[in-house]
Amino acid sequence: MTIATKSGGDSARVRGVGRAALRGLGLALVVLPGAVLCFTLSVVSIALIPIGLGIVTTPWVLTGVRVFADWRRVLAAEWYGVRIPSAYRPLPEDANPWTRTSGMLRDPATWRDLRWLPVDMTAGFVTALLPAALLLYPLEGFALAAGLWRVFPDGYWYGFVPVTGQGSAFAAAALGLVLLFFAHFLTPRLLEGHFLLTRAVLGSGQRELAERVRVLTETRRDAVDTSAAELRRIERDLHDGAQARLVAMGMDLGTVEVLLEKDPEQARRLLAQARQSSADALAELRDLVRGIHPPVLAERGLGDAVRALALRLPVATEVEVDLSSRPDAPVESAAYFAVSEVLTNAVKHSGADRIWIDLHHARAEGMLRISVTDNGSGGAVTGAGSGLAGIERRLGTFDGVLAVSSPAGGPTMVTMEIPCALS
Amino acid sequence: MRVVLAEDLFLLRDGLVRLLEAYDFEIAAAVETGPELARALAELEPDVAVVDVRLPPTHTDEGLQCALDARRNRPGLPVLVLSQHVEQLYARELLADGSGGVGYLLKDRVFDAEQFVDAVRRVAAGGTAMDPQVIRQLLSRRAADDRPLGRLTPREREVLELMAQGRTNAAIAEKLVVTERAIAKHTSNIFAKLGLEVSDDDNRRVLAVLAYLDQDR
Repeated sequence: MTIATKSGGDSARVRGVGRAALRGLGLALVVLPGAVLCFTLSVVSIALIPIGLGIVTTPWVLTGVRVFADWRRVLAAEWYGVRIPSAYRPLPEDANPWTRTSGMLRDPATWRDLRWLPVDMTAGFVTALLPAALLLYPLEGFALAAGLWRVFPDGYWYGFVPVTGQGSAFAAAALGLVLLFFAHFLTPRLLEGHFLLTRAVLGSGQRELAERVRVLTETRRDAVDTSAAELRRIERDLHDGAQARLVAMGMDLGTVEVLLEKDPEQARRLLAQARQSSADALAELRDLVRGIHPPVLAERGLGDAVRALALRLPVATEVEVDLSSRPDAPVESAAYFAVSEVLTNAVKHSGADRIWIDLHHARAEGMLRISVTDNGSGGAVTGAGSGLAGIERRLGTFDGVLAVSSPAGGPTMVTMEIPCALS
Repeated sequence: MRVVLAEDLFLLRDGLVRLLEAYDFEIAAAVETGPELARALAELEPDVAVVDVRLPPTHTDEGLQCALDARRNRPGLPVLVLSQHVEQLYARELLADGSGGVGYLLKDRVFDAEQFVDAVRRVAAGGTAMDPQVIRQLLSRRAADDRPLGRLTPREREVLELMAQGRTNAAIAEKLVVTERAIAKHTSNIFAKLGLEVSDDDNRRVLAVLAYLDQDR
């Protein structure tokens, strides 16, 4: 039983060795041309950006590089369980080439890819080839011992053994045996080493993490600032509005009590006034609630809330919703207010007479995508001072991004993406 | 007239019961949750249901969904929906089956007991009672992108607004303190400008107005 297990383990190990060698060989054969091609194309394409051609080609080439890198990530995970995190920033699907190019070039992950390619075509190539070499080289030693040494009458170096006759050929075979022995243990690890090397160069390092921490700190501060300001606004609105009206109402009713007998006419007038106060207080509370958490959003979720929003716009608006269920409440709320602000902007500034809203969730990527398009005059910009910057910050809390395509003359298309899962 | 009332806030439910009883309605049931409402509507066959949009256990639009379900099972079942806020979206869902006997009002409207009870009676009789706020939204929306509405005089717009809420010519005349004949003239002008068929049936008249305001959306 023990013996059977041992021999079973051995044959598995032999199979593992053979598999590693074959995989390594195959990998080496693809890696070299692949890496050279990717690297050359990337360099040429980026160099061509100043003359414009590169703007069109770069996204394609860099996407190719990403596919190549991702393929290696998959292999590393499948073969040896080496996880190489992929940290590309998401790009809006339908952005124009320039947005895509600049977006990709600003992504540190892109530059890590480009740094990895030369390493891959040299060290990567060698480490991938080694397992196969370590298996094949001993075979050469055995062949020398079997008589191949006669082909080289002037002597031949096998490793560090000068092969000049049958004796030294046997020494070469012995060395081959030793190598084979080591290969037996080392081959799978060597290939694993290849993937560890890949991870070292390709995986995101400390700097990426530091950047991530910086972004998170910033968005957290923004979120806290925003919610603190919001609370102050709510407190002030309650204090100046509904609360004051209720106090006035109480005073009016108190006066009515006194006047009821003395001056019924005046009492009736005050009662009417009190009722008006309560109606006004209600209206104010309603507005306040709508500003905090819109009722339709609470009752029906994002899709219908946006539909309801569209019905209130003075511009004809089409809404397309494709959500199988509801995102988390905070995401829903952020998305709703972002759409609401984008729509307000569109109505105020674009001069559009039609707006299209498309809302869908891409399950595979776990991404909520919202696009708001209008047929107005265009020319909207992101950046400091514009209303869009506020939306960007709001979405930033959830790692969401906003992209604007708005050439002068229109149309304007605002795309928002928020990573989230549906409940 | 037998009423089924659904409202989860005790104070408001109590107030509504008292108000309706004061106006000689019979309260068949006053419930506080969606499932209770569904059962009451199915079993008690009331003449009219007064329903809050938001009800337990979900505290979403359970009341509205119950009302819509009940109307699917018993077309034309008069339902007056009350809500803390009014949304065109919900108004459209209520009106969608075109069989009338629906109302959708802001809860504040109960402040004016006379008008509120009038709305309940109108709905029970198969008419409509739409909240002025919904109508105003519809009108402003249509005015912005539509010419025919722009051609109405301010007075005609006022009449249209009241008509769309579900009021009869007599009620509009009283409200605007003019004669009924004047209102009849206004309405025929409005119908002509909007290209709507003139009809005597109050419910159909309102539905036609709403359909017009709602078209190509």
